[in-house]
Amino acid sequence: MATVATTSHRSVRSRAAGRRRFFGRFTLHGIAIGLSIILMVPFFWSLLSSFKPVYEIRLLPPELLPTEWRPQNYLDVFNVRRFPFWVRNTVYVTILATIGTAFTSMLGGYAFARFRFPGRGILFGITLSTLMLPDVVTLIPRYLLYYVLGMLNTHWPLILPFWFGGSAFFIFLFRQFFMTIPLDLDDAAKIDGASYLDILLRVIMPLSMPAVMTVAIIAFIAHWDSFIFPLIILNTPELFTLAIGIRFFSISPSQDAAPQDHILMAMSVIMTVPIIILFFLGQRYLVRGVVMSGIKG
Amino acid sequence: MYGYIFLAPWILGFLIFVAGPMLAAVVLSFHRYSIALPPEFVGIENFQRMIGACPEGSRSCVTDVLFFPSLARTGQWAIMYVPLAIVGALMTAVLLNQGLRGTNVYRTIFFLPHLTPIVASIFIWAWLLHPAYGFVNEVIWQVSFNLTGQGIVGPKWFGGTESAIPSLVLVALWGAIGGNGMLIFLAGLQGVPKELYEAAEIDGAGLWSRFANVTVPMISPTILFNLVLGIIGALQAFANAFIATDGGPAYATWFFALHIYQNAFTFSEYGYASALAIVFFVIILILTALNFQLSKRWVHYGGEVK
Repeated sequence: MATVATTSHRSVRSRAAGRRRFFGRFTLHGIAIGLSIILMVPFFWSLLSSFKPVYEIRLLPPELLPTEWRPQNYLDVFNVRRFPFWVRNTVYVTILATIGTAFTSMLGGYAFARFRFPGRGILFGITLSTLMLPDVVTLIPRYLLYYVLGMLNTHWPLILPFWFGGSAFFIFLFRQFFMTIPLDLDDAAKIDGASYLDILLRVIMPLSMPAVMTVAIIAFIAHWDSFIFPLIILNTPELFTLAIGIRFFSISPSQDAAPQDHILMAMSVIMTVPIIILFFLGQRYLVRGVVMSGIKG
Repeated sequence: MYGYIFLAPWILGFLIFVAGPMLAAVVLSFHRYSIALPPEFVGIENFQRMIGACPEGSRSCVTDVLFFPSLARTGQWAIMYVPLAIVGALMTAVLLNQGLRGTNVYRTIFFLPHLTPIVASIFIWAWLLHPAYGFVNEVIWQVSFNLTGQGIVGPKWFGGTESAIPSLVLVALWGAIGGNGMLIFLAGLQGVPKELYEAAEIDGAGLWSRFANVTVPMISPTILFNLVLGIIGALQAFANAFIATDGGPAYATWFFALHIYQNAFTFSEYGYASALAIVFFVIILILTALNFQLSKRWVHYGGEVK
């Protein structure tokens, strides 16, 4: 099967291959840079549009750069009625939901990784199978549940369920990570009289910071982006989160029917920037974590 | 014993927020329910409404004319989006797996669109794709004008019945080709032994042949994983169609999840919407099972002799 090459044959071949490789690299960089530019265009376009004065929003032909830079647009955004509420609501709902997700899925991961109990295999199978259950299927009963509990149009449904085990992905991710930590450490702590919760919080968790960070970041992004659930639960605009607030703004006509796309662009930028900052802070962990868990959220 | 204690939140959560609602949806699907009145048992009427098989003379049983169209739109969208997303993500992953200098920078740039919140990305794209004032149509016009002297007017994008779904596909691809799918492929590619490529090269295999005969078989389990989750995710598409087009124009993007949402939360038909959700669940279940069944023909697991 393998070709038998003479020495001279091989050196000619490798020189040609080397030249081919050089041009190959060159082309590959070209493709990568081209793709990067195409993927970045929407960011630049919206960023530039968010600095345009209102009369430049609907120019024909459209201009790339604002002729007059208006950073005031960003101040105007905060003058949009209720926008500060939306920011506040999103921040606190996201943080509380994220803490709940990370903490309770860590408990679940710990249970699967460190304890033997009847039905563990079946429970683990059930846990994993919920990954394939479409959210939409249970949407209506969950809505009716919150109706019965009197929690419609409150933030409770956006926080409370995430204190019950978080998500199967995260339980799985924690389990995988915990299983790489030697049991000897648990045993040593047990001899020192530590309880199981102590072992988790004082021994295992400090060693699992990459997993904790990954889950926290992925969960934060998922809660921050969450759309359909806040949409059906919340009615009062003061209670809206950014995701549904921005949409609410987009479908509410402005007072003088003037285009407000520059404000919409500024809002989109404001909603995106925290996620990007978070990503850069945790990139190291996240890339590995996403790969481990499979998908976001 | 302690295992149960630590697992308690999850077990409770599963019962309250997954199993319970699942059961409730099945029960509700045989009822008419609008919150105002107590649920009324109607047998299989909800399912008859979907397929237009209402019994003669029934006043409450009204055929749902949007049932099949919404299924068709969802299928159309998924068939366009999923293969492109998978091929695109695989291509970017292969590109990032070439050991180029600055791969980390490229990877970060490719990943950024995926991080953009869906609401923000829809508004950004609605503006880019604005038929009159958008950047994209301007580029189309300028390029065509400078090349041929004849300016081409770009499509109406979200505003056209023909172009609405392709526009949603475009926006979704922007976020997908450098997103999680790519990262998962990248992990898969890094698991392919280098010797296989060297052996193939010695055998005189070209770039394409190495890709088709080494890369693809070796990462086929990863492809299956992305395919299964990609289909489940795509069929549930809601936010993009809801925000960008609200199901329109002329129901062109009336996806099934949107149909469920409208029946439940606009028309207060909680029973009928639950029946739709159950049908949706069964469809996804069948597709996923089919996927795994078919995968036996093309997925190659490591260590297996073909």
